[in-house]
Amino acid sequence: MTLTLETASLIAVYSAMVVYTFAFIAFTVDLARRSAPAPVAVAAPVGQLAAESGRTSLLEKLATDAPVDGPPKMSRSMRMAMGFTILGWVLHVVAVVLRGIAAGYAPWSNMYGFALTATAIIVGVFLLVQFWQDLKFLGAYIVGFCLAFLGLATVNFYVAVAPQPPALQSAWLVIHVFVAILGTSFFALGGGLSFVQLLQARREARGGEGMKFLSTLPDAEKLENLAYRLILVGFVFWTFTLIAGAVWAERAWGRYWGWDTKEVWTFIIWTIFAGYIHARATRGWRGSRSAWLAIIGFAAVMFNFTVVNLFFKGLHAYSGL
Amino acid sequence: MSSSRPSDHIDSAPVDPTINQPKLGVVGYLRFFWRQLTSMRTALFLLLLLAFAAIPGSLVAQRSSDPNGVIQYKVDHPDLYPVLDSLQVFNTYTSIWFSSIYLLLFVSLIGCIIPRSIHHFKALRSRPPKTPARLTRLAGYTAITGETDAASAVDSARANLKKLGYRTELYPRPSTGSGSGSFSVSAERGYLRETGNLVFHTALVGILVSVAIGGSFGYSGQRVVVEGQKFVNVLGDYDSFNPGRFFESDFLQPYRITLDKFEATYELENTQAIGQATDYSAYVTTTTPGGDDQTANIKVNEPLAIGGTDVFLLGNGYAPSIIIRDPEGTVVWQDSTPFLPQDAHLTSIGVLKVPDGLAEQLGLVGFFYPTAAKLPSGALTSGFPELLDPVLTLRAFTGDLGLDAGVPKSVYELNTDDMTEIAGSNADVPALQLRPGETLDLPNGLGTIEFTEVKRFASFDIHRDPSQVWVLTFAILILAGLFTGLFIPRRRVWVKATENDDGTTTLEYAGLARGEDPRLELAVADIAAAHSKQLGLKVEP
Repeated sequence: MTLTLETASLIAVYSAMVVYTFAFIAFTVDLARRSAPAPVAVAAPVGQLAAESGRTSLLEKLATDAPVDGPPKMSRSMRMAMGFTILGWVLHVVAVVLRGIAAGYAPWSNMYGFALTATAIIVGVFLLVQFWQDLKFLGAYIVGFCLAFLGLATVNFYVAVAPQPPALQSAWLVIHVFVAILGTSFFALGGGLSFVQLLQARREARGGEGMKFLSTLPDAEKLENLAYRLILVGFVFWTFTLIAGAVWAERAWGRYWGWDTKEVWTFIIWTIFAGYIHARATRGWRGSRSAWLAIIGFAAVMFNFTVVNLFFKGLHAYSGL
Repeated sequence: MSSSRPSDHIDSAPVDPTINQPKLGVVGYLRFFWRQLTSMRTALFLLLLLAFAAIPGSLVAQRSSDPNGVIQYKVDHPDLYPVLDSLQVFNTYTSIWFSSIYLLLFVSLIGCIIPRSIHHFKALRSRPPKTPARLTRLAGYTAITGETDAASAVDSARANLKKLGYRTELYPRPSTGSGSGSFSVSAERGYLRETGNLVFHTALVGILVSVAIGGSFGYSGQRVVVEGQKFVNVLGDYDSFNPGRFFESDFLQPYRITLDKFEATYELENTQAIGQATDYSAYVTTTTPGGDDQTANIKVNEPLAIGGTDVFLLGNGYAPSIIIRDPEGTVVWQDSTPFLPQDAHLTSIGVLKVPDGLAEQLGLVGFFYPTAAKLPSGALTSGFPELLDPVLTLRAFTGDLGLDAGVPKSVYELNTDDMTEIAGSNADVPALQLRPGETLDLPNGLGTIEFTEVKRFASFDIHRDPSQVWVLTFAILILAGLFTGLFIPRRRVWVKATENDDGTTTLEYAGLARGEDPRLELAVADIAAAHSKQLGLKVEP
């Protein structure tokens, strides 16, 4: 029974990866089309329209005569990309659930399980965020990133389902790790937006020259505001991760803080993002400088999960392989 | 926005750099440095510096968490070690440089919290400020003209704003002869944002103080207990003990813990994970003065709270019970000695020291294999962590055990420099190999050794940390403060009604963000829409 569920989970993972590959190609085609001198000119910047749509709907309520355009048209490749992403994500979630049932516990207590769940949650957050703001232009980045991560983890770190060691038999595993991944998802989106913000700011500084697809995206200030709001959510989750981790450490190891390597890096990441939030409120630091902090912060999150897990010695070692 | 903010806060008015500063005196310089320390830029710099300074401690083993790693580093890098050691890299988080950064950061933080708290306290007790003369340039400005009474329109706007949680104040300006009268309501909400912000930052200071003070009154200790043995909570009964700075021995409340039974469960079915531990349970009986004996089960994630301490199950292993007799058959030594596990299948190493009763002092070093298996090389190893085929192999040494020098010696180590090997790979007699119930003669007619049975041992960590309740309280305040401080918008909204000469009234709506407030314009538009609809007015283009 265990074996079949586990195998089914693995089949679902590979299927999801194939579908994600199609999604990634479609997202990239969409970006490329945006760069090309479009035969069907996009009437107005997509993001700007999306940004204003909230206000226009209100003006409608106020019975203004403002003519309202329909929602911005999605390109065919974008529609395909989103369709593939949703399908891939469903398969991905099925893989997580099957592995969880096979194991009998939340399946994120080793490197493979964590990568499997983390990428599923990141794609899930990416899909959900679309209801709030149109960030589909990050699709190539998010899906590409998750595909690469999932692929590397499956090839290099796949381990068979094993019983939960006593040290991890705690409800805090579910809470602490799950919220850490949620925080990571928001940092990933924020880091991506900050990167696009830097490109956009450079393009704006050059008077509009540079990569053409950027002209179809929101302006640098708008990108910065979006990144800031996503990272705030990530920061709250990360703070909770830190506290929940300390509570669990107190239960399991008898001390809530011991400067274990993983604790150190969680603290470093927290401090970088605290710096990011302060940078937004410091004259001379808004704009590209704070964007760099967001990118460094997300890089530190990735470092914490990959290099620290694999090469640093610490109490979190058994989450390694 | 206000004078309580650092001068380089984005909401503060920019300072003209061309102004010539007067010459500063001592107080002037002190004030200058204080301003610098409490500026946003300094806080940001210190925050990033703190993140950066924390990195070395994760790259190099720390004395606090990995003392053996430090010793290993000294062996591996004899040239680099003294340099790093003098830079306190092995104690990064208590080093002078790391401490200076966070202490400066906290001074800067306190320098920020105090004036802002005073300012906020005043703001909480004051009324919303006067309506600005011109609203046109403010956020979400909307104007509507129609037939309505100015005074009652403002009254109804005020009622609406109050319902939305705004604090309101009316500023009527009745008509002055020639001019027309105007009425306005000034409203503000979201005071909780600044409250949350201050709670968050104050709680950070609270955590630092709790850790610093609470840690000094706490202690932690370790003790290995074999099945059937007792641990009594007095200083002498600990194997190792780390007191806080202000520890006194009467902090130890009397209690006794007897390890009745230790049970480890291992995976037997899943072929991928056979032998992996799935559960550890230490069944204990606890005794407190004046109380009945109570039984408890201590597990890895389930510590036992007793006598103001928490008792954690940290490790476990096997303790072979051995009896050593002299040639006449008199028992000279009898104990269950904990052997320290070396691998997942509990191949364990242990040391026995028999100082008295035999012709010579005797030291035994050896391995215990719960399930003995032969490696291709012929050496033994353990193939499973449970007692399926337990075997004990011991090398024997005679000579000076070094116990008489008065220097404390580890019970897990045997210094064989001044000893002669009488059984083992370097002696004529091979290492002693025993199974439970077996008895062997010791070489040189020293006596006999009997391996009676195998018991389990558990190692416990006993902690008392009076700060942890405080730390948890402050941590919860941090989260609550963060939530309200980041997500509750603070905003001012004004509704102004001006009587026109033609008998109509112009209603104006506008808002002002105080801090991040991406939804302000929507909020003002909502207020304007609801109010004008209520009055039966249509928005003029």
